Amino acid sequence: MTATTTTEPAAATPPDRLAILNRLVARPEVGALLGAVVVFVFFTIVTTKFLKPLGISTWLDDASTLGIMAVAVALLMIGGEFDLSTGVMTASTALITGLLAVHAGWNIWLGLAVSLLFALTVGALNGWVVMRTGLPSFIVTLGTFLALQGLNLGVTRWATGTVQVSGVRSAGGYQSAGWVFASTTKIGNATIQASVVWWIVVTVIAAIVLVRTRFGNWIFAVGGALPTARAVGVPATRTKILLFMTTAFAGWIVGACNLLRFAGVQANQGVGLEFQYIIAAVIGGCLLTGGFGSVVGAAIGALIFGMARQGIVLAGWNSDWFMLFLGVLLFSAVLVNNAFKKRAERVRR
Amino acid sequence: MSANPRSWRWPHRPDRARSPLARSAFRPRLLRLSPWLAAAVVLAACSGPGADVTGTTQAPAAVGTLKSVAVVTHGSPGDAFWNVVKNGAESAGKDLGVRVEYNSSGDPTQQAKLIDNAVAQGVDGLVVSMANPDALKPSVEKAVAAGIPVVTINSGEAESVQFGALGHVGQSERMAGESAGKRLAAAGKHKMLCVIHEAGNVGANDRCAGATQGFGTATTLQVDINNPTDVQSRIKGALEADRSLDAVLTLNSQIAARAVDAVKESGSQATVATFDLNSDVVSAIRAGTLLFAVDQQQYEQGYLPVVMLKLYKSNLNSVGGGHPVQTGPAFVDKSNVEAIAALVGQGTR
Repeated sequence: MTATTTTEPAAATPPDRLAILNRLVARPEVGALLGAVVVFVFFTIVTTKFLKPLGISTWLDDASTLGIMAVAVALLMIGGEFDLSTGVMTASTALITGLLAVHAGWNIWLGLAVSLLFALTVGALNGWVVMRTGLPSFIVTLGTFLALQGLNLGVTRWATGTVQVSGVRSAGGYQSAGWVFASTTKIGNATIQASVVWWIVVTVIAAIVLVRTRFGNWIFAVGGALPTARAVGVPATRTKILLFMTTAFAGWIVGACNLLRFAGVQANQGVGLEFQYIIAAVIGGCLLTGGFGSVVGAAIGALIFGMARQGIVLAGWNSDWFMLFLGVLLFSAVLVNNAFKKRAERVRR
Repeated sequence: MSANPRSWRWPHRPDRARSPLARSAFRPRLLRLSPWLAAAVVLAACSGPGADVTGTTQAPAAVGTLKSVAVVTHGSPGDAFWNVVKNGAESAGKDLGVRVEYNSSGDPTQQAKLIDNAVAQGVDGLVVSMANPDALKPSVEKAVAAGIPVVTINSGEAESVQFGALGHVGQSERMAGESAGKRLAAAGKHKMLCVIHEAGNVGANDRCAGATQGFGTATTLQVDINNPTDVQSRIKGALEADRSLDAVLTLNSQIAARAVDAVKESGSQATVATFDLNSDVVSAIRAGTLLFAVDQQQYEQGYLPVVMLKLYKSNLNSVGGGHPVQTGPAFVDKSNVEAIAALVGQGTR
């Protein structure tokens, strides 16, 4: 590529401001942030309720569970892997907790502990199989996805005779567990769900881990150039297994939030959501090829999703066109991202 | 032309060391503390799961005009059955001069958020189908507490009053299944196959359970409605495997057409009956390859609630006297199929 395109703005802007601008533009989440602002402004203008406390709590709520998963999925994608079992995992963990609490009469906290153990085991297994066999994680986790889907339905129907677990409200420990995973906070007139808080906390922790710790470096390393990373002594296998365990852990959090808030879970819940998580991460600037991306971006990607999904309803549009709008939105977000990334490449050279 | 992608993706370290975050020594500490700060903020003003709902009693009624109604169902977009419900609600809106907005999601957690959204919009009336009552409980109660009259439709008749709804319009799935089973038994059938087309659908489960009770005994077969080839071949396989099967009950009109074909291909003598209508079902009944269809007249489930809400808002009337208003089961067979054929074509039956 020739240098002619870059010389023009350089002449117009003072060099110092350009440096800041360039650095900003090179960040993966900038495209998503821009998209979020556009969507936000758009719905604020188009609808009267979008910016009211009730409206805000609605779209934040929608974005939160998606965001918790998207953040974990982003870490994994930066590490160069995929996880298709994330959507079903949210149902599996909720089903295990629910079955143990309602049908075995356990305390919910015990059930949560067991489902957490299950999630981490499945995550570790995913990672171990991927690293051990060298198969693409797409295939390995597709297997996990199908297996969990079957288990969810099979075990639920076997244990309950129906396809859903309900009645969690009467289980022991519901009050305290519900307080942690499904309580609500009043901020002014807005009722904020606990999942929103989880979302923020998970995003902050994941962002710090990714940008400020050695483990964060390892994630970029194994995703960007695995052989090189290995050559300089990055424990690649451990890193990737931990990443798969992270997505499973996020699935556990969302499963717990859903179970305790809705006091039940359906065996087919979560199927297909894994693509939404990946889409949110991609909108947020993660590359499908790994090695590049941002946790904050993924959280913003989820926010865009939530704002668009609920904004369309608040605008009172015919829901028939919803998917079309979502598709156009996602496509434009990715295009914007791409444009920024191209610019980022140029800046860094 | 363009740069090698690896060249900017890797190495990452120098770039991140220059990032704005690294420049201040205070920032990282603040960042590290932020999860705890967030937690502290939440602890300060937090209430238990669903605690924002003060009571389930209907807010004191005042006569007014019904201007807008939100219909939130659990049907997936594009489902033929729910399209009729939507048509019913929309024509009631047109007839009564009420703005009707229809939204739906098959995922109970999403559906709950759509209800919250309708409350945020401040609609005058709410129509909700409760396939998963537990999950929708907080949202429905929140609507009731906000003074929005709620009518439940289709499923959730047992919980309707309990959640503070004005009334329920629907068909008891178990009862409808039972009468379908009895009708097949009365036709002189001895062995029934009940086809469940959607894993995890509670209503489908209830229909089969009811049919089994009414018929005496039955085997169930699980198929995937999204894959018609799979549906047909599995039913065919089941009929070939067990030649003594002489009745096939499907729970969905699309599946009925596949079952009719499967019976033909396998050379079985089985009689097919189904729930729900579409044009394929109508022509199969005409041709005599389908014995009957259980019709729950879901157009009424869209139309009647709007009327009920209108009557309540303008005249403080209630319908049903605390009992669910039954829209079915009505039976369509060779004797009355001609009369309703045109209505099926226009999307109102």
